[in-house]
Amino acid sequence: MEKAKETYVLKMDNIAKEYYGNRVLKGVNLHIRPGEIHALMGENGAGKSTLMNILFGMPVIHTTGGYEGTIEVNGNPVNIDTPLKAMELGIGMVHQEFMLIPGFSVTENIKVGREKTVANLVSRLFGPSMESLDFKAMRKDAKKALKTIGLQIEEYVKVAGLPVGYMQFIEIARELDKTGIQILVFDEPTAVLTESEAERLLEAMRVISSQGIAIIFITHRLDEVMAVADSMTILRDGEFVARKEIKDTDVVEIAELMIGRKMEKLVDRDEEDSRIIDESQIAVSMRNYKVNMPGEQVKGIDLDIRKGEIFGIGGLAGQGKLGIPNGIMGLYKTEGQVKINGEELNLNKLGDALDHKVAFVSEDRRGVGLLLDESIEQNIIFSAMQTNGKFLKKVAWMSLYDTAAGKSHAEEMVKTLDIRCTGIKQPAGALSGGNQQKVCLARALTLEPDILFVSEPTRGIDIGAKKLVLEYLAKLNKEQGMTVIIVSSELMELRSVADRIGIVSDGKLACILKPDDSDADFGLAMSGAWKGGRKDA
Amino acid sequence: MRNPLKPLVEKFGLPRVIIVSFFLFLIAAAGMFQMNLMQLLSDCLRRWGMYGILALAMVPAVQCGIGLNFGISMGIVGGLLGGLIVIQFRVAESPALVAVHPLFAMWVAVLLAITIGVILATGIGYLYGLLLNRVKGSEMTVTTYVGFSIIAFMNMMWMLLPFTDGELIWPNAGKGLRNTISLAASFSNVMNKTLAFSIAGVTVPTGLLLFFFLICFLVWLFMRSKTGMAMSAAGANPMFATAAGINVNKMRIIGTVLSTVLAAVGILVYAQGFGFIQLYNGPMMMGFTSVAAVLIGGASPRKARIAHVLIGTFLFQGIMALGLPVANQFIPESNLSEVARLIISNGIIIYALSQVKGGSGRE
Repeated sequence: MEKAKETYVLKMDNIAKEYYGNRVLKGVNLHIRPGEIHALMGENGAGKSTLMNILFGMPVIHTTGGYEGTIEVNGNPVNIDTPLKAMELGIGMVHQEFMLIPGFSVTENIKVGREKTVANLVSRLFGPSMESLDFKAMRKDAKKALKTIGLQIEEYVKVAGLPVGYMQFIEIARELDKTGIQILVFDEPTAVLTESEAERLLEAMRVISSQGIAIIFITHRLDEVMAVADSMTILRDGEFVARKEIKDTDVVEIAELMIGRKMEKLVDRDEEDSRIIDESQIAVSMRNYKVNMPGEQVKGIDLDIRKGEIFGIGGLAGQGKLGIPNGIMGLYKTEGQVKINGEELNLNKLGDALDHKVAFVSEDRRGVGLLLDESIEQNIIFSAMQTNGKFLKKVAWMSLYDTAAGKSHAEEMVKTLDIRCTGIKQPAGALSGGNQQKVCLARALTLEPDILFVSEPTRGIDIGAKKLVLEYLAKLNKEQGMTVIIVSSELMELRSVADRIGIVSDGKLACILKPDDSDADFGLAMSGAWKGGRKDA
Repeated sequence: MRNPLKPLVEKFGLPRVIIVSFFLFLIAAAGMFQMNLMQLLSDCLRRWGMYGILALAMVPAVQCGIGLNFGISMGIVGGLLGGLIVIQFRVAESPALVAVHPLFAMWVAVLLAITIGVILATGIGYLYGLLLNRVKGSEMTVTTYVGFSIIAFMNMMWMLLPFTDGELIWPNAGKGLRNTISLAASFSNVMNKTLAFSIAGVTVPTGLLLFFFLICFLVWLFMRSKTGMAMSAAGANPMFATAAGINVNKMRIIGTVLSTVLAAVGILVYAQGFGFIQLYNGPMMMGFTSVAAVLIGGASPRKARIAHVLIGTFLFQGIMALGLPVANQFIPESNLSEVARLIISNGIIIYALSQVKGGSGRE
């Protein structure tokens, strides 16, 4: 091994990158030996994609001021400033979204852009762009590449209609077919695959690496890393955490490194907990609950949330945690059974959740949460007026908006939540992110809900507002006994306010943890190590 | 140096500044030519009331999210049918009603026509709303063509419908309805004449304006009701409305029906003021004039208020009323004013559409 240490096919040292004054990478190292499978791990936003964009010389890097640090390929310093350069250096990428042409055959997809041609009469007259395609040679190449990864498929079939797993393999075959490929990057390749397809892919990765091609394997899934990788690099918040040989480490250590010990309490909850949470009083109960929300699919969750608790729902982006509240509110197609305080919710009836005194603060403030052109007042009173018939007065046979009641309520809310504005007539779109969030919260509270779903309450707002929002949620829970369910990507925030935290992975509930459970447990749950639930939880 | 006018222009909007200047210029020009300014102003007021409700039809359409309703001819057709039925049965000449007061008989006739028109327009508007719910995202294109199509369809129907009254069908045992039908015997100018008075040479069509303001007030009340506010929310942000438990498609249908109904009322108010019902291609471009009027008033394809209707119709129709006589003074016997009308109405539509910022919903 000592000898191998000297020869790295790729050495990236002290890589740093700033986007508009925001440092997203802070001196990261990435060392890859020839023919090894190297896992690159980290939570969302840890800087993995930025690092890969630098490696490929993507324009987004160079139009925002380039990067700092050095890159060496085979020991020679290089400056990768275009994707073409990366290709010439033998760096290839297997994309998460397939870049294939459905109407083309497998061969054509593999060879597109690098066709083999033979001269003919017309091309002699008009130049090489008129040469005929040498399908025979191209088929041979395609067959060879397909054989390398062990895909049993005829090279002349059309890509359209092939299973997703096959498409991924064709994508890989295309990269392999490029001559001189040295490094192949797999960006979360198993995210869209079924279990058996993923198994086959991992097998193919082993075959490829045994031929001397190094693989950078980006994934969240710890089990896959343990199964195929030789070594790994862990990033956290743009910082380099560690480079480990897989044989020297174990799952628990990796999980710990990924989550990191950065527990600063966002909210003080030192005061005595006087709440009484009764195990038998269930506020929200889900059985085989499925939501078809694009990018955030929920694939069957059984979960009971007790009355009067703060329940956190965590997990990585795209795993389905956001689908849970959106489905209950009827924004996406939903299946299964949901009971609110014991009463079954009619999931096909729009607004049924609102009628059961469930309120929701959306993660998409500008898209779902607010009427940007309307006044703060309108935004705050709207839902309560529509659902509970508040702020209406009878004039003859009509029920009209009661300006005075709406105004005084809005002003009170602005004061309670400390919404910074020029007045309640200011359009909500003109407010800052934190204040917009408070307006959304004010609207939800105006509904006087029993159960409050808050989705990504602190996304895109500054630390001061973050603290205020979380403290206010804790206060509501404590003083009014409101059941609060917080869905968030920020584990730290869940761990500082929630009583219990459910981790969602791959559309299913991985486990329910306590806030003071170890970092390793959280890391393992989020990385899909406990698919379908842990035994002892 | 900063231009002190700039903030004012920004607040009021450049097109409105230009149109207002043009309006003032026309008044000045009319004064210079020593024309009868008072009569011209009377004409402005008359046209304001006549066209106002047609422009008002844009408000529910824009607010519910279908955008500018170029297809108000759908509702216009309903209104025209209402008018024709009232003439066919000669309601205004019924002796019992005339015995009370001739004007009373005419009011009964026009209100009956409006009622029939509203009923027909409700049905048409509902179907129209169902159609618009299937073409989300390209409503304005669709409304334009649906508007033209209904005119073409009704061109056939006007020939075939079983109306028999001599006032309606072509003379000399002709078949089919006439192009232009006089309302002299039914409800011509009934609103304009009611409570009308003259002050310093300006005739104020009180009844017409009161009726216009009444309809505006009713729409304003509706927009402040629970349903009206839900409708506006559904138009401004469908996802927001859904999250608040509002059926967006239903709200869009309500808005479309309301817009169609207002168009039916609007065309009858227009017809009584004009003194004639125009069939066939007469109402073809009504959608465009109404859209232009409300846009001049400051509306956008995403937001329209009653104030926009009041200001816009007055300015647009004011220019129309002053434009023709003034242009004829410049170049006698020309059709300059018709050219100006086309430039202004189509120009303002293009301007407004170019101001729509893709999906941002911000003004």
